[in-house]
Amino acid sequence: MNQTNELITELANKYGRNRKNLLPVLQGVVEQEKFLSDDTMIEIARELDLPAAEVYGTATFYSFLEYRKMGKYVIRICKTITCAMKGKNQILLTIQDMLKIGVGETTTDKKFSLLQTNCLGWCHKAPAMLINDEVYTELTPETVRVILTEYIKK
Amino acid sequence: MSTSYNLKRADFIFRNENDWEKILIRTIKRDKQELINELISSELKGRGGAGFPTGLKWKLASEASSDQKYVICNADEGEPGTFKDREILTKVPFKVLTAMGICGFITGATKAFIYLRGEYKFLKTDLEKAIDEFEYYCKEIDFDFKIEIFMGSGAYICGEETALMESMEGKRGEPRNKPPFPTHKGYMEKSTIINNVETLAHTFTIFKHGAKKFYDLGVQFSRGTKLFSVSGDTPKPGIYELELGMSLQDFVDEFGDGDTKAVQVGGASGFLVPRKRFNETAIGFKGKLSGISLPTGGSMMLFNSTRSMFNVLDNYLEFFREESCGQCTPCRVGCQQLLIGIKAVKQGAKPANYLDKLLKLTETMQYTAKCGLGQSVANSFSSIVENFREEMIY
Repeated sequence: MNQTNELITELANKYGRNRKNLLPVLQGVVEQEKFLSDDTMIEIARELDLPAAEVYGTATFYSFLEYRKMGKYVIRICKTITCAMKGKNQILLTIQDMLKIGVGETTTDKKFSLLQTNCLGWCHKAPAMLINDEVYTELTPETVRVILTEYIKK
Repeated sequence: MSTSYNLKRADFIFRNENDWEKILIRTIKRDKQELINELISSELKGRGGAGFPTGLKWKLASEASSDQKYVICNADEGEPGTFKDREILTKVPFKVLTAMGICGFITGATKAFIYLRGEYKFLKTDLEKAIDEFEYYCKEIDFDFKIEIFMGSGAYICGEETALMESMEGKRGEPRNKPPFPTHKGYMEKSTIINNVETLAHTFTIFKHGAKKFYDLGVQFSRGTKLFSVSGDTPKPGIYELELGMSLQDFVDEFGDGDTKAVQVGGASGFLVPRKRFNETAIGFKGKLSGISLPTGGSMMLFNSTRSMFNVLDNYLEFFREESCGQCTPCRVGCQQLLIGIKAVKQGAKPANYLDKLLKLTETMQYTAKCGLGQSVANSFSSIVENFREEMIY
């Protein structure tokens, strides 16, 4: 927890303690910790001198600012129309089979979380997914196995 | 008979040009009013989808009195089926940065932002390098202009200009009432010029080659070229620069797989055009083109006869339900009820004529929703339900 507080102070110093700097601060915490706990949001509110409800309201608006505990690698599979047409479900089944988790769940070793997301902007190379900030396109069950095996080894 | 043009390819946006420094210094030595007039005479309209005349926007902003003005490049490209802005920022970032600088010069803004969607975070490092190089050059020529990247965090609605500004102010991305328009009161209540990535790239072309070159392309009311993001059931998905005003039939002849059943023009918030209407549909802004003319942010999704239109609509509605900001009731409740409604009809829990009730609901949303998201759900919903009614029921 102390480490998180240090991070928040550091981010607030970097971006400034204004309402308009709230998003960069929230993003900075998510980048390090993958999610925002209640305590974290309260601490950010204290540091930026904002009502905690405002911080919570803002954070929960954005789908990339997770407030549930996430694993080290967050897998986001695009489920919008073109990806759905081009075999997103097979990719999803492959990942679920490999990691033994469902959508919205995290592996017990806290390494992977699996989520579905809206259009990633790779419709011409569907299906696509993000693992943290890294993009993977034109996926097949075979390629997704290779990619995930690499991450499992990491 | 169609009065629209045939499909004509063009190559302006991605043409590799390393003369941005020359264009920048040459342009900021010219008269501001003359530059605005040039932009107006090109008849460039916003390429994000809404199609507001760019020259007029810059003129309004240049006339606004504000102690600080801002330029924002809207790179929150979230419309399903659109991926052109990413390509522009990857391949020709300096065209966009130069255009932002020129916009700043004309309107008097000295500070600019690029609002980059969270999904494109991998672009950030390279873009920052380009900005550094650009700012270094600005300093060299004594031109006071700063650009900063602001990251989004996965919210489609933040592509709406006022929601984007709310987001930049550290709030929930909920659209504001208009007026006041951003050129008058935008980011931090200051006069703000916000343009789509592609619009800015086109202004570079205009200031480099002159308005006439741009105006001579396309058709009346739809001048110039446009990037199209082609995806779905097509043998050649990708990004293509085409002159505006082509007929959808020509487009399908070029990009279809021979079995095209329908084309979604303009993404989930656009219109679905069935095969029987390909001939009478032109791609461009409303004007004198015969038949229907459909504007687009560039998203063209092709569906062949293996696709169920029910599944397509179901997918769109789920998208809208999740991406609705929830601020106004017509959109928040409407999107949910439409999704529940079509499922109920499909499962037989509601009679077929319940679809007419749902169509009325989309009409209400069109009139009462606060922003483009809620208003445009009616576009795809009615064009799918009216043209493929039997697929919704059976």
